[in-house]
Amino acid sequence: MERMPQFDLRRPASIAEAAALLAAEPGARLLAGGTDLLPKMRRGIERPPVLVDLGAVRDISRIDYADAGLALGAGVTLSQLAMDGRIVHHHRAIAEAARSVAGPGHRSAATIGGNLCLDTRCVFYNQSEWWRATNHYCLKLGGDVCHVAPQGSHCHAAFCGDLAPALLVLGASVELCASRGARVIPLSDLYRDDGVAHLTLEPDEVLVRVLVPARSPALVSGYRKARARGAIDFPLAGVACAVVARNGVLAELKVALTGTNSRPILLTGTEALVGRVIDEATLSALGKLVQKQASPMRTTVTQSNYRRQVAAALAQRLVCELAGYEPSAARASMS
Amino acid sequence: MTKRLLALTVNGRMREDAVAANLLLLDYLRGTAGLTGTKQGCDGGECGACTVLIDGQPRLACITLAAACEGRVVETIESLAIEGRMSRLQQAFHEKLGTQCGFCTPGMIMAAEALLRRNPRPTDADIREALSGNLCRCTGYVKIIESVHAAAGG
Repeated sequence: MERMPQFDLRRPASIAEAAALLAAEPGARLLAGGTDLLPKMRRGIERPPVLVDLGAVRDISRIDYADAGLALGAGVTLSQLAMDGRIVHHHRAIAEAARSVAGPGHRSAATIGGNLCLDTRCVFYNQSEWWRATNHYCLKLGGDVCHVAPQGSHCHAAFCGDLAPALLVLGASVELCASRGARVIPLSDLYRDDGVAHLTLEPDEVLVRVLVPARSPALVSGYRKARARGAIDFPLAGVACAVVARNGVLAELKVALTGTNSRPILLTGTEALVGRVIDEATLSALGKLVQKQASPMRTTVTQSNYRRQVAAALAQRLVCELAGYEPSAARASMS
Repeated sequence: MTKRLLALTVNGRMREDAVAANLLLLDYLRGTAGLTGTKQGCDGGECGACTVLIDGQPRLACITLAAACEGRVVETIESLAIEGRMSRLQQAFHEKLGTQCGFCTPGMIMAAEALLRRNPRPTDADIREALSGNLCRCTGYVKIIESVHAAAGG
């Protein structure tokens, strides 16, 4: 890989100091685990003049439990999430999603804040400088054409963070801090459908906490992903589900996707399945909902239609698993 | 580019070195500290050859800034042998043929070391997961997993 470019490194001791640095230094970037940002800097994709390293800010790596729910500091690592007994037990989708990210060496560095703010990815973007130059760059960086959809004027790079769908189905919100004040927004509002600028975060804002509301003890959740390399890889499609099932009937259902669109999406229309018996017809309707709202483009070397179908199959299997429903042999072989 | 003073503990010894902001931990260990046991493989966080322990956790030195290790405790493969005697894990890799060309071995052993400290009696699945970020192009992994089991006394 290319040499690491030069930059100024700042190590603030507090979030307020970090936010002030971001406001004062245009183009400055926050550095948390660095597992995505640093390789991208070496590939010339990111060239920040200043890195604001959050490693010395101590109060952002806490997991707090309260009656109102769970508060996760933005610096909590994916290892912490994957191994925390209460998260594994009560918010399984979060633990499963965290555990599915890359390898142990990444997870002990990577943070929940970094994973939620992960850049979108594309086979035409996550390449070396010479590769991108030879291809005349792309709409996301340095070029005029989206090679995925050359006729359009939209970047289709896909959001591939694993934690976002898990947190979306659990109704999470995020706390953002800037020098001018703080705000709390639903996690879904952190994202927009634009592969170039998929975060609504202002340049001087820092994501400091993730808040997960307390839920019914009957609610069970999980996360599954399809990927090219089983050990370490971004999702070709990732699906989180949160389910309450009573006597074989869906009493609550939330489904969220990653890897398929430029932002993680909380599936709409799942409320129409609530109250229905979990059977082949319900699973088929769920599969159709997923296939309709997932819009994978050719941002990976894997066919986009496969990613759409696998997203539906993962959602169906996960709902069956969470609800304790045994699908018929016909469906099991079909999906 | 201005340098900053980095104070950290490497293999049990306090060190202070002037480092550039963009110096990677891998280059610091190999170039500044002279600890060439940690290997540069893919150099992009994908192969695990540069795995070291930071505060006991497995980390990839090729995607870690040296300056971000201020005040941390870093352990490399060189820390395991004591007075020339290989650690139990190193001995097991030697006896069970867990190493062939040897290039991935320091990273494999450090990743396994982190596992065994946390979980002294790992299952096959535990070992596979702990080593899932480490690539080996020689052994086919079977002998590596046997080596970790042997070190755990199983």
